[in-house]
Amino acid sequence: MADGSIPAVNPKRIVRDISVAFATAIVVAAGFWMTAPAETQAARPARVAGKPNLNGIWQSLNTANYDILSHQAKAALQMRPGPVVPIPAAPILAFGAVGAVPAGNGIVEGDEIPYLPEAAKKQKENQANWLDRDPEIKCYLPGVPRANYMAMPFQILHSDKAVFIAYEYAGAVRNILLKDPGPAPVDSWMGQSVGVWEGDTFVVTVTGFNDQSWFDRAGNHHSDKLKVVERYTPQGPDHLWYEATIEDPATFSKPWKMRFPLYRHINPDARLNQFKCVEFVEELMYGKFRKQPVTP
Amino acid sequence: MRNTLVGFALAALAATSLAAQTKPAAARTSDGKPDLQGIWTNATITPLERPQNVKELVLSEEAAARMEKAVIDRRDRLNEPSDPNRTAPPQGGDGSTGAAGNVGGYNNFWLDPGDRVAVVDGQRRSSLIIDPPDGRLPALTAEARARQAARAKTAMGRGQYDHPEYRPLAERCLLSFGPTTPLVPNYFYNNNLQIVQTPDHVMILMEMVHDARIVRIGGKHVPRHIRPWMGDSIGHWEGDTLVVDTTNFPPQQNFRGSSENLHVVERFRRADANTINYRFTVDDPTTFTAPFTGEIPFRAMNELIYEYACHEGNYALANVLSGARNEEKRLGTKQEK
Repeated sequence: MADGSIPAVNPKRIVRDISVAFATAIVVAAGFWMTAPAETQAARPARVAGKPNLNGIWQSLNTANYDILSHQAKAALQMRPGPVVPIPAAPILAFGAVGAVPAGNGIVEGDEIPYLPEAAKKQKENQANWLDRDPEIKCYLPGVPRANYMAMPFQILHSDKAVFIAYEYAGAVRNILLKDPGPAPVDSWMGQSVGVWEGDTFVVTVTGFNDQSWFDRAGNHHSDKLKVVERYTPQGPDHLWYEATIEDPATFSKPWKMRFPLYRHINPDARLNQFKCVEFVEELMYGKFRKQPVTP
Repeated sequence: MRNTLVGFALAALAATSLAAQTKPAAARTSDGKPDLQGIWTNATITPLERPQNVKELVLSEEAAARMEKAVIDRRDRLNEPSDPNRTAPPQGGDGSTGAAGNVGGYNNFWLDPGDRVAVVDGQRRSSLIIDPPDGRLPALTAEARARQAARAKTAMGRGQYDHPEYRPLAERCLLSFGPTTPLVPNYFYNNNLQIVQTPDHVMILMEMVHDARIVRIGGKHVPRHIRPWMGDSIGHWEGDTLVVDTTNFPPQQNFRGSSENLHVVERFRRADANTINYRFTVDDPTTFTAPFTGEIPFRAMNELIYEYACHEGNYALANVLSGARNEEKRLGTKQEK
């Protein structure tokens, strides 16, 4: 009301409105299990150039970015000794429950990473120094396969000539080469990806990594000898079964495997948003160099 | 990190070799659209704006050849081996400006601005801008002039090294130092892009800074308050031309002084087996007194684009800022004496 007064109430009208709403609810409820949503995405072809259609916006539904191994919920990713039990590290404290770590079943086959002794030690150190060391905190490129199980979607663009993956996190990208150009001429964060189809499975071999990216926020790491073989296998139009075999003789005693499903965003307005976080970490990384630092 | 510099070098070299004339003509995708896919370069020596002393849009064959020869001669001269007996640059730099200023960074080895005049439909062009007919940017509106003056005044009243936010977007690794929307060359290096095309989306990857602009075919623009870097792009086909409409630019990103009301319409048309004719129209009534239109040939490359991990190797921003703090300390100490 323009004058700010409360509108007059007509009791009869309220009763009528409630009845109509109630009747509508019954009709809707009865038909619910058989009714398609009012809005859906346009039909998409099942195949692209004879291969399963990988186009879409995909996302994992797990907590592996916290820790690829099984883990129970805990108060924070980095803890410090407390008077009775460990307590969250000071910089995380203010987040309260938001800074806590949700539990997860893990995505590693056998729930064990076959670290060499030195590498196992480094993982523990990484985890203890998570705030200083995790490249995700500085918005660095995520590497593979970590990019595929961060809590943000990615878009696969699949045509008869190309397969390209654009990630929301940090605007990371991968052009999956369909012809092997030979060894990568230079190390990189996202590696060099070469894809081939084995039946209906898209197999991507990724090499040419640097040693800077991590597998998760628990300090799991690798060297620049890392080789990842990914397998994308459709399980219906909206699901992919994803496997990544990890080989790195400088870090692990034998190859090991991660696996989890990827889900396609089926909402009609699905689109890849931006998470260009470089801007978001400027205070963290450069704040101390301001003329008058704001952060003590 | 050890390979970051090598990566830069490779990326800079990627544009040097152009595709052989082997691509089939009039390629089409399986859904019957002209196939825009591949890796392309928009590098050219034709400037965005026509030089004041040039009247015509179309250059004669001789004039174009002279321009190209001048660029190649200069490049060859700069690529000559350095004198091994040369002395070190003077302390504090040689006083020159630009990216190579003072300390002698970025010699010609790093640069790859192209060496060819832009050719569109057989015409050798003196400017990328074709409209207005004089090939020059339209005059700024009074509002835009006031905005620029205000910006300049603000910039004068503060130290350009006081805060990271005062540094250019490219130095902060937020965007390329060249234009990103529209796809105008930067006349420096890495003028490379990749297009991947599906029935629903066209993805345009710019080498710098691994920025993928994903055009939603038949989509609607995002709400006004959503302001993605490079803007929000939707597209449709007009016959054999892909038309991309981009709005919702963030206020920090501008093209030639534009505001957040910038509206860019791009038209991609396959000209031949090795060329896309790219046409862009820029409209921002709060900045320019008229819209303007330019054309750029994208030429096919037979090279890959490598990762441009800018932020991850950005030692410069920290050093620029901490250098300024050290300088202040040094000057402060001097004044106290």
